[in-house]
Amino acid sequence: MTRSPETSHVMSASDMDRALTRIAHEIVESHRGVEGLLLLGIPRRGTILARRLGERLARIDPGFDPSQAIGSLDITLYRDDLRAHGARTPEPTRIPGAGIDGATVVLVDDVLYSGRTVRAALDALQALGRPAVVRLAVLVDRGHRELPIRSDHVGKNLPTSRDERVSVLLDEVDGVARSQEAVVIQRGGGMKSQAGER
Amino acid sequence: MSDTPTAATLILGARPYGEAPLDLLIKDGRIAALGEAARAQAEQLKAEQVTTVEAEGLIMLPGMVDLHTHLREPGREDAETVETGSRAAARGGFTAVHAMANSSPVADSAGVVEQVHRLGRASGWTEVYPVGAVTVGLAGERLAELGAMAESSAQVRMFSDDGMCVHNPVLMRRALEYVKTVDGFIAQHAQEPLLTEGAQMNEGDVSAVLGLPGWPAVAEESIIARDVLLAQHVGSRLHICHVSTAGSVEIIRWAKERGIDVTAEVTPHHLLLTDELVRGYDPVYKVNPPLRTGADVEALRAGLADGTIDVIGTDHAPHPTQAKECEWSAAAMGMTGLETALPVVIKTMINTGLMDWRRFAEVTSITPARIYRHAHQGRPLQPGEPANLILVDAEATQTVDPEGHASKGRNSPFRGMELPGAVRATFLHGHPVVLDGELNTPLSEASAGAAGSSQVRP
Amino acid sequence: MRHLLSTADLSHTQALSILDTAEEMAAVSTREVKKLPTLRGRTVVNLFFEDSTRTRISFEAAAKRLSADVMNFSAKGSSVSKGESLKDTVQTLEAIGADAIVMRHWASGAAAQLAGSGWTDCAVINAGDGTHEHPTQALLDALTLRRGWSAAHGEDPRGTDLTGMRVLIVGDILHSRVARSNIWLLRTLGAQVGLVAPATLLPVGVEKWPVSVYYSLDEALGSGPEAGPDAIMMLRVQAERMGGAYFPTAAEYTRRWGLTDERLARLAAHRGAAGQRPMILHPGPMNRGVEISAAAADSPMNQVLDQVSHGVSVRMAVLHLLLSSSERNTA
Repeated sequence: MTRSPETSHVMSASDMDRALTRIAHEIVESHRGVEGLLLLGIPRRGTILARRLGERLARIDPGFDPSQAIGSLDITLYRDDLRAHGARTPEPTRIPGAGIDGATVVLVDDVLYSGRTVRAALDALQALGRPAVVRLAVLVDRGHRELPIRSDHVGKNLPTSRDERVSVLLDEVDGVARSQEAVVIQRGGGMKSQAGER
Repeated sequence: MSDTPTAATLILGARPYGEAPLDLLIKDGRIAALGEAARAQAEQLKAEQVTTVEAEGLIMLPGMVDLHTHLREPGREDAETVETGSRAAARGGFTAVHAMANSSPVADSAGVVEQVHRLGRASGWTEVYPVGAVTVGLAGERLAELGAMAESSAQVRMFSDDGMCVHNPVLMRRALEYVKTVDGFIAQHAQEPLLTEGAQMNEGDVSAVLGLPGWPAVAEESIIARDVLLAQHVGSRLHICHVSTAGSVEIIRWAKERGIDVTAEVTPHHLLLTDELVRGYDPVYKVNPPLRTGADVEALRAGLADGTIDVIGTDHAPHPTQAKECEWSAAAMGMTGLETALPVVIKTMINTGLMDWRRFAEVTSITPARIYRHAHQGRPLQPGEPANLILVDAEATQTVDPEGHASKGRNSPFRGMELPGAVRATFLHGHPVVLDGELNTPLSEASAGAAGSSQVRP
Repeated sequence: MRHLLSTADLSHTQALSILDTAEEMAAVSTREVKKLPTLRGRTVVNLFFEDSTRTRISFEAAAKRLSADVMNFSAKGSSVSKGESLKDTVQTLEAIGADAIVMRHWASGAAAQLAGSGWTDCAVINAGDGTHEHPTQALLDALTLRRGWSAAHGEDPRGTDLTGMRVLIVGDILHSRVARSNIWLLRTLGAQVGLVAPATLLPVGVEKWPVSVYYSLDEALGSGPEAGPDAIMMLRVQAERMGGAYFPTAAEYTRRWGLTDERLARLAAHRGAAGQRPMILHPGPMNRGVEISAAAADSPMNQVLDQVSHGVSVRMAVLHLLLSSSERNTA
């Protein structure tokens, strides 16, 4: 795989694996088990990361049933910046089992940046019901928040400048081999949008 | 200047019918001399009396004669007037136009045709011949006073309900018979009305997709077939306006082979544009008869080249902006044409090699003049003939800009198109109404009247 | 995509994008909170030059569920009927601050003219223009057909098309904007389309369309259980076509082209490749006893009510996709 010179790796596939495993442990620890836990990934990469987290949770505690406790929450229709970024076909929202009422919902996304995606996700959740607790797990927190939002579980805190672009490359979305998955930073090029913050 | 038409004009190096260059002297409204003699005679005149026109590379042709023009006056002076339409005609290279009868009031009486005729003479940019309506109010019910119009000062010879078809076969027969008594002819707008109720465009592949009610070719062809047989039966003269379909060309060819006295006309727009243009629903392409298919365009060109179709008629139909700036079905039918006819015919017929400049002169001037039996239009470029002629730059190209047209109408379907050829000068009875491609001065009324009767004042 | 004027303009990708978005909109419609904030602060004008309460209400519901402000402008009985031009009407709406104009018009091509005119920067949605097209009707029909087709194949409808599906459209093709929009869209989605009509109600030039044409409904329905269509769409017969102009009598029409009880029974015996029953669609309102028998209208194979609810979902999808991709910035 060739990349332009201004691209640099900040997490390798094994770094990502370890970070997810750690986050899984943190979630179990802070929730004191897996009962009533619901992972909702934000499409598209958040959905994949939620599934991977779920696999780990099931290994940690066999009481965790991925088919009943993992879903996806699309936030396209709740965004406040569609006009700037253009229309996108919404991805499916899938809420498994008994719904979100009273559950501990863990929102999962790849990159936390301005916080606007998470704000939209909170609005989307509100339309679906009333969770007991909402937490946020992200693979990368790159700073530059525009809203009072913070992550509860972070794979890596990554200081960046605004003109950098952080990309999480995943097998299912980007077609890279599993062993070549990575988090990369691209500098310059005038890229203002950011993968996790479309 | 317009008051002194006695001045002579020496045209240097123009090519009559695109052939070998010659000098030509115009004097007293007529062609005085050609070639060597032209210069020799010019030298005998006082220098200040002779205007010299450098015309090297320009093609000299007899002034064009349009048998099919809508000047809108009286009644729709917001769309066009005799004055503005005449200016457009002069710029387009026409030294005579025939104003269709669908004014308001309709030109179905001696009073209206005399008014139009008078307005034309007053304008002095081109000759204006009013066409008389065949039926009262174009209603297709009873004959108008054709005799009175023929005997009026306008001396109408051409009768047409253009815009409407004389569809009643008995009435059409009577009209064809009756005009024999005034040595006139009927110009038929061939459109079977029941087959075209609510019709919006050519019926075919495009109308099927666009969901617009179709105007089938058969509605034109069936009327032409009927009328050539009627003309044969009663032994009268029939002219078919704006032939638009391949089938019509076939029927006319058949009629001519049988010796029927029929002539046919095609518009410039039907030689170039097709119904594919309707796909954007821009009403500038709405016209009656409608734009047809590419195959029809080919057949019309071939028919014009081989003589089946006799003349170009512009069907110049100006409309005010609001009549075209609306829904397709609500929009008026018609396109302007006087100022784009020559370039379109050059593009479709000359530059394609389908005809030469001799044939061009026939279809734009000689034959239409002969159909009307004008004695002073469409004449050879010979000494002694009336000097109704034009100079054309065939090498020029122009991008059509209707805002710059002399017509009031802005509804040109050729807007933005780059077309070959430009009229550089138009001489009406020897007077340059257009010079250097721009309007010059009109011919004074007195000399126009005199020129028509071949008595040119000294 | 800037406007929705004709289904002929939609690529396969765009068509699927609308249908997939509509699936999400349909999911929202089943929730307790049916409202989305997507078009908050944006204004949608329903500009209707022709009465159509059903279509207007459907668009109104769609816009409101997306939190848009909705203005209804019925051009009947307004200044428009007193000679105000489309141009002036639209420029007025533009000045009021409309972001999208949903237009129903009696003139074919009116929506395309509006979109191409430069009179407005609004997104234009064709809600039916003369006898030309009615794209959102075709999209809701496609959503309905895709639901049935994917369910028969045990698939999630998202991302799928109608490849291999056989759809008959029966009735007045000549004057039907619904038929035109459906034909182009169904072909784009990979369905096979058959048209069934008396020759008087088929346009000249139909032989060049990518469809099969039948004059006989019985022939189109085929004989064996394998031969029939997967769906049949019955078009409404307008009263003004009856009385001898296009076909002799309503009774003769019903005998030859109506979905009668007898034909319903034959249809009900058909099984598609996946064992499913054919679907019956109708754009409404139905002429019971003319193009469709009461039993066919009330049959469980009939999708009419699903079509209505899918109408709202599809129109939400179209409004979302057009208005959020609009590059126009209303300060």
